[in-house]
Amino acid sequence: MTDLTLAPNMAAPDRSYADLIAAHEGLTKEQSDALNARLILILMNHVGDESVIRAAIDAARLE
Amino acid sequence: MGKSFHTPLYPYARHPDQDASAPVRHPVIVIGAGPVGLACAIDLAQRGVPVVVLDDNDKVSEGSRAICFSKRTLEICDRLGLGDPLVDKGVVWNTGKVFFGDRKVYDFNLLPEEGHKRPAFINLQQYYLEQGLVARLMALSAEGAEVSIRGRNRVTSVTSHADHVALSVETPEGAYPLEADWLIACDGASSPTRTMMNLEFDGRVFEDNFLIADVTMQADFPTERWFWFDPPFNRGQSALLHKQPDGVWRIDLQLGRGIDKAEEKRPENVIPRLKAMLGPDVPFELEWVSIYTFQCRRMERFRHGRVVFAGDSAHQVSPFGARGANSGIQDADNLCWKLAMVLDGAAPETLIDSYEAERGFAADENIWHSTRSTDFITPKSETSRIFRDAVLDLSERHAFARPLVNSGRLSVVSSYAGIALTGPDEGGPVAGQPGRVCPDAPLTSGPLLDRLFSGFTLLTIDADAPDQVTDGALSAARLALSVSDDPTGALAERLLGDAPSAVYLIRPDQHIAARFAVFDDAKVRAALRQATGQEAA
Repeated sequence: MTDLTLAPNMAAPDRSYADLIAAHEGLTKEQSDALNARLILILMNHVGDESVIRAAIDAARLE
Repeated sequence: MGKSFHTPLYPYARHPDQDASAPVRHPVIVIGAGPVGLACAIDLAQRGVPVVVLDDNDKVSEGSRAICFSKRTLEICDRLGLGDPLVDKGVVWNTGKVFFGDRKVYDFNLLPEEGHKRPAFINLQQYYLEQGLVARLMALSAEGAEVSIRGRNRVTSVTSHADHVALSVETPEGAYPLEADWLIACDGASSPTRTMMNLEFDGRVFEDNFLIADVTMQADFPTERWFWFDPPFNRGQSALLHKQPDGVWRIDLQLGRGIDKAEEKRPENVIPRLKAMLGPDVPFELEWVSIYTFQCRRMERFRHGRVVFAGDSAHQVSPFGARGANSGIQDADNLCWKLAMVLDGAAPETLIDSYEAERGFAADENIWHSTRSTDFITPKSETSRIFRDAVLDLSERHAFARPLVNSGRLSVVSSYAGIALTGPDEGGPVAGQPGRVCPDAPLTSGPLLDRLFSGFTLLTIDADAPDQVTDGALSAARLALSVSDDPTGALAERLLGDAPSAVYLIRPDQHIAARFAVFDDAKVRAALRQATGQEAA
């Protein structure tokens, strides 16, 4: 089991963030919501590990 | 043939019990002649236990109802002596297709593993299963078994005592009392027995309405399960098309919430919906229509003194996944050998508590899966729907998303690993882990499951052992096999692995109680005691 990485890990954080925002440009709220959902599912599958996914969900809750 | 449910199969006939001066006591009374009650009666009768089935009706159930019967149900029916006619009549299917909006997003194949006698599923109207069960019960009775069904015998009161149950039974010729050492309540999701005993039935109620229509048509749809999310002919809802014998098709349309059920059931409202789905040029006849909502719930306890609940009376799930009737048949499979041993004095009454532990665990699994399927098919929030649609959109392009599509997780049999009766495991393939059903294998002498005994089986593979192991009133008979008995290698793959030998103790319901590397008398006898509730792990 690996731990969830919450330390900086993106090779090009500014560019990746810009890519994310750019992907939503011109989309309606509905299209954006759908894109986000697909993106989350793709990244979840890439992570794979159940405990890491659960830790990520917990971290996202900001509790 | 499809209208066979109109014929009384076990019409009311006056029984001498009705004229007895004192209530007549029977070892076992079963309430309800549905699939679960009939399976219980046959199983008990085959084990030499006299049993009386009381049913408020006198015919099989109306409409197709449960249509999808699993491999395990067929294996149990083999043990009950009616597997062949069911499989001969049923429709075997392996392929499922999933549609989203106006396009097919993917298809799946159940890809049944080779070397099993029975297919993964057959589709068959419930009334055919019930007819088969009634015929088998009557054949047993004709052969001299003490088993009978009393039609139009409605139980109106149930009083549980320490060592028996007292019943009042209403008939067309008035009421009479009966007593039973044990009562099995198989009287369905709205169980009158449960109500009479003031027992709770808690869980989650789902508000969406579904329309079931059985239609007869000569259409060239393939023998596949087709499931639609948000189809053009039923926007925002779901639909299912599934083939049954006799050219009958099951169509299941989600209608949503807050509808007028009586209005929606009228043919003039149903037929346009079906035409929109099937196309304007497909002629069809409406055979049966029903509108239902469903619940996922269970009783906290399945055993209340000498009253035991089995099937829908004890636990209820949504239809998605074929987990209702199939799990009920497994309840019967689990309960009857235990009850026969208790009545025979070979096992303590507490063995019946293991029925509750094992089948309660299975019920929780089924409810969990059924609830997840229902949440996927009918999302309960906007976000839930967004993710559902995202899964479906991705499933068209990417394999990873397909396991997330949930149009019903099809019934698989639960393992009783970790529950009190399940004994030691000295290692071997996963398929043969104690708690699981013994996997089938194509022996040259026939399917392995057909070779197991009605009592405990001591299955040895290339291992020495005596022909019989006994411990007090308990015994297990040996089935001596060798890897060479299965040239396909399935036996070795499923039950032996890399080991040179294996010894399995298999319960009367074909679940594996324990497995050992070699035969050890003391270990096998301890496992036998544990499997009958007489020794803790």
